[in-house]
Amino acid sequence: MLSHLITSLVASSTFGIIFNVPKKSLIKCGFVGMIGWMLYIFLFLQGIDAVYATLAASFLVAVISHIFAKVYKNPVIIYSIVGIIPLVPGGISYDAMRNFVENDYSTALPLAARAFMISGAIAFGLVLSEVLNQLIFRRKKRV
Amino acid sequence: MENKIEIIEICLLAGKIMLESGAETYRVEDTMNRMAAAFGNVTSQSYVTPTGIMFSTSGTEPTNIVRINERSTDLEKVTLVNNISRKISSGELTLQEAKRELEELSKKNLSFPIWIQVLSAAIASGCFTIMFLGSWTDFLPACIAGGVGFAFFFFLHQLVRIKFFAEFMASFLIGMIAYLFIVTGLGAELDKIIIGSVMPLVPGLLITNAVRDLIAGHLVSGISKGAEAFLTAFAIGTGVAVVLAIF
Repeated sequence: MLSHLITSLVASSTFGIIFNVPKKSLIKCGFVGMIGWMLYIFLFLQGIDAVYATLAASFLVAVISHIFAKVYKNPVIIYSIVGIIPLVPGGISYDAMRNFVENDYSTALPLAARAFMISGAIAFGLVLSEVLNQLIFRRKKRV
Repeated sequence: MENKIEIIEICLLAGKIMLESGAETYRVEDTMNRMAAAFGNVTSQSYVTPTGIMFSTSGTEPTNIVRINERSTDLEKVTLVNNISRKISSGELTLQEAKRELEELSKKNLSFPIWIQVLSAAIASGCFTIMFLGSWTDFLPACIAGGVGFAFFFFLHQLVRIKFFAEFMASFLIGMIAYLFIVTGLGAELDKIIIGSVMPLVPGLLITNAVRDLIAGHLVSGISKGAEAFLTAFAIGTGVAVVLAIF
């Protein structure tokens, strides 16, 4: 678990460098990525399906990103992009691709569908937090 | 209003910088409209797609177009334009000051030096290998494969201006290097090394922006960005697949 904590923090921060995130925000980006990944890997190792784990993690990432964006007055994408990168289903897409190449279509198709579902979960997590953000924001406006 | 032309110039410049630096479409439109409104032009309309901006100060005025050819990722520029727009809205910047600041910003190159980016990609690759439950023996091989792959992608993209080809070749190279590590016995699991090393090429920004644009109702931008993300993912997948097919 400790190795996950450190590697996810480092990986997210270094991704921030590739995307040229403002230098002050690098550690915050790393933090967002770390929290998201820790939730995902925790749920995943508890035996919860990767799709639901991804959904929960991407929702959490997006919520924290919105909070950071409001607090530090920065665009929300600088936090959320770095946060969702680890959740991208690279491993499953890879397995699917390998099975396609080996002409094992019956194994490849479920994997590809799974990768698609996980991408959908990432998107839906982002959507949910966006909706939540708009609800709160509008309520504040009305008051 | 005699300074209408200048307002249009500033809004288009701000929009251009933001779009070229990887901002979401709705943010570009929103920023342009807010800036125009702050300078007293409340009826302005903007229509932004990933490849071009259309902006008009009001329905009957001439519409202006800016073509966007190059899109990269530079989130610091997005943040800075955002800050300038905030200052304009709160009345801290005059038209002339805003124009000067934006022109300076558009000429600047704020990204980290390439060797730092390559180093970051290398470290990130190694870390991802560990995160995807790989063993520590594969940390260094993944670092090298990811770093070399990213550097190769960067230089090839400058040489050949076709992004998908550069991505394809880079992921092919990553696959070859990873295979080399396995053959020489320095790496343990081919899969984990490759998955970790291709992560710096993964279109994370495009996926996020595509979703955000679709939610915001920018269907054209959302779908075209989604298509770009899909093509990128496909290029990476094919590059790796070729290596797997050879061996």
